[in-house]
Amino acid sequence: MKLSFEKSKNGRSFPVLPSLDVPKKDLPGSLLRKSAPRLPQMAQPDISRHYTELAKRTHGVNDGFYPLGSCTMKYNPKLNDEMAALPGFTGVHPLQAPETAQGCLEVLFMAERLLCEITGMDAMTFQPAAGAHGEFTGVLLIKAWHDSRRDSNRVKIIVPDSAHGTNPATASMTGYEVINVPSDQEGGVDLAELRRAVGDDTAGLMLTNPNTLGIFDKNILEITRIVHEAGGLNYYDGANLNAIMGVARPGDMGFDVVHLNLHKTFSTPHGGGGPGSGAVGCKSQLEPFLPKPRVVRGKDGFSFATPERSIGNVKAFYGNFLVTLRALVYMLTLGANGLRDAALNAVLNANYMMKGLSDIYDVAYPGICMHEFVLTLENLKKECGVSAMDVAKSMLDYGMHPPTMYFPLIVKEALMIEPTETESRETLDEAIAVLREIRAQARIAPDSLHSAPRHTVVRRPDEVGAARHPVLKYNFDGVGD
Amino acid sequence: MAYYVPSTETEQKEMLASAGVKTFDDLFAAVPDSLKIKGLDMPEGLSEFEVRGRVEAISRENVVFKSIFRGAGAYNHYIPALVKQIVSKEEFVTAYTPYQAEISQGVLQSIFEFQTMMCELTGLDVSNASVYDGASAAAEAVGMCRDRKRSVVFVSESTNPAVISAIKTYCYAANSEVKTVPLKNGVTDADALASMLNESAACFYVQQPNFYGLIEDAASLGEIARSRGAKFVMGVNPVAAAILKTPAECGADIACGEAQPFGMPLAFGGPYLGFMTATSEMSRKLPGRIVGQTKDLDGKRAFVLTLQAREQHIRREKASSNICSNQALCALTASVYLTVMGPDGLRSVAEQCVSRARYAAERISAIKGFELLYSGEFFHEFVTACPQDASVIEKRLAGRDILGGLPVDGGILWCVTEMNTREQIDGLVSALKEAVR
Repeated sequence: MKLSFEKSKNGRSFPVLPSLDVPKKDLPGSLLRKSAPRLPQMAQPDISRHYTELAKRTHGVNDGFYPLGSCTMKYNPKLNDEMAALPGFTGVHPLQAPETAQGCLEVLFMAERLLCEITGMDAMTFQPAAGAHGEFTGVLLIKAWHDSRRDSNRVKIIVPDSAHGTNPATASMTGYEVINVPSDQEGGVDLAELRRAVGDDTAGLMLTNPNTLGIFDKNILEITRIVHEAGGLNYYDGANLNAIMGVARPGDMGFDVVHLNLHKTFSTPHGGGGPGSGAVGCKSQLEPFLPKPRVVRGKDGFSFATPERSIGNVKAFYGNFLVTLRALVYMLTLGANGLRDAALNAVLNANYMMKGLSDIYDVAYPGICMHEFVLTLENLKKECGVSAMDVAKSMLDYGMHPPTMYFPLIVKEALMIEPTETESRETLDEAIAVLREIRAQARIAPDSLHSAPRHTVVRRPDEVGAARHPVLKYNFDGVGD
Repeated sequence: MAYYVPSTETEQKEMLASAGVKTFDDLFAAVPDSLKIKGLDMPEGLSEFEVRGRVEAISRENVVFKSIFRGAGAYNHYIPALVKQIVSKEEFVTAYTPYQAEISQGVLQSIFEFQTMMCELTGLDVSNASVYDGASAAAEAVGMCRDRKRSVVFVSESTNPAVISAIKTYCYAANSEVKTVPLKNGVTDADALASMLNESAACFYVQQPNFYGLIEDAASLGEIARSRGAKFVMGVNPVAAAILKTPAECGADIACGEAQPFGMPLAFGGPYLGFMTATSEMSRKLPGRIVGQTKDLDGKRAFVLTLQAREQHIRREKASSNICSNQALCALTASVYLTVMGPDGLRSVAEQCVSRARYAAERISAIKGFELLYSGEFFHEFVTACPQDASVIEKRLAGRDILGGLPVDGGILWCVTEMNTREQIDGLVSALKEAVR
């Protein structure tokens, strides 16, 4: 389809604003740009159709099954969106005096209390705008804490090899050296290797539990104890909290700081790549370092306060407020038991699906899984030449979003499947049937999988070519295709 | 109440059996008993009807002002109906990051269009798909300029304080130093900049228009920065960018800013939209997602996430930034806004800001005690003196359903946009006169 720029006609415009009712004043010409930006010039009906066409070429949770591992693509309740569109929230300026923004402050305060209970933390900030931003904030709290104790030799952050790529990237962005520890045979942290890795240069450990293999590390208390005894702090990557919400809490496992992805566990939509929210919770010893400002409750209601040793801003205002609001609406709707039921059914759905596939696909770490599981297609590839990519691309023709591919890195030809609790048994059965059919095809007609998908608007775009000869914007002077 | 779980209790039992276990507890056998909690100490769930009532009541505890004369990083602009409708489409709202290009062409093309528009606006070569907000964009931008020899970041004191704070936070993380460049008459002191920049300077950051609304002589500042071997980074208000000299014309290596004015409501500070553009020389240092054009198996034009060798999921600890989720839906919002407004509409917004702000400045500064603090050219914000405690004035205006300017050191920072009609401005002026009487 054409780009908006290719649909543009000079002079096509319509008035949105009224005419000026004050004297017209211009800035001196010396301050002005030479030519106007070449924005599209389109009529309203055509703009409407342009974006409807783009929407049709976009697959959301609403369009079908979306088992993207570690991304928790659950249903996004519409009530949340409606509440986030209330003018009483959207019309509030972030720098209004607190007495005129009590509702917004109450939202932040309530969300903090509830999420602290869910995670077992003492305090929380909503400033970080996404998970990785939360990681950055959380690790900075660890850094500020060591600095405040003049413990400046702690220059290393330990990260298991099964970790999300953001963990090592965060550690290096916060000035730390990254120490990778391998996983053991069962997919957990190798305790002997961890003991070897820690020392008086350890600033902390970053861990997600359940981990990216979908395994709850049964040694978790020992792991966090080893790090604490070495003088480090423990960071919990909350990307996988959906498995244990209401069952167990990071705060009880020995973690000192945690980030949550409200756009995963707490049902807020992901918008095709954000806005998310990476709320960060911490134990009381880290509270003085939280980003500014924080919401506090006094006798005159809610107001803002700056933590005494704050690391400063990580973003201009108080985070993606409307995302936090959606998460609060979700928590109010589900309540204590509903949140727990969500976790139980997320784990049930993953196990049900894994069982339905385990006789024909290799599960990387067999046994009971948590909210997700990882298939390894290494043998399939040896046997039929069909890769994880081929299987994933084949799913597209069935109207399903493929699982996360080639992650975690420690599993060869990995497909990481996270069904979430909001999928019905029928959907899971259908997905199982599709994956079984693809498996059968792999044996009898592997070539058909190499050329999948067939029915999508484009097929296997050339990513290597895109990176080698980057075309990153519309060429106004060239000829489009 | 298992609110969004489709499985019935009977189904759950059957599924547990299929999975080879008897109870839910069996699924959590790996969790040590000492860690299992009895239940969460929070209320039970409510019906949709009840939640709506409760949340609507909370929203009514806020004051939504009829007239808004406050900016300082969050701006009140008109949002066309088409924008709200389009960005509510569930396909856009409920998609994840477009990893699977075949079923994400809509999101990918919209980002490609967004990147093109940001390049047009700033005059620079390459744009990313967005970052969290203007402050984190600034912090990421200065980070792109550091290398082993040049590690000190210079920031003008005329920058929004929250942006300076974010830059400092990110620099603390990277163990690098930040120095602020002082002001003269409300704008960056060019002589001070020239004497401060040395061979350790990674870059100089200036905000255009600056925090006080004044238009900086960015071209001259850029020349000073580049002559000292430092990169030049401009944080620009995107509405002003529609008419002011572009960052490219000012010699900027990187431009960034807060694009909330392009169709996003004030919403108590977010979600907003950070944007970043750069010269092609800097493109491989840009953080975040970038969409590129390519061809598919059949030779058809297609869009994909590209230049991923910069990113965390490939490079891990060697990535240029850890960012993955950004503000895609907000970038879509900005694209739709710019498409609806078109070049004429956007210029009209900018010009109305200029004219209305001048009208307001003349009328407010004619009141005794509210003289303009600075004489330089300004866009849609300006600072006046304040003859008494600014918070008292703020309260009195609030009584008239007016959100007054932001109290700042030495006075009040006012903001006037296309939303402020002559009637509103005149109303503000009479309310101010009464407030100081």
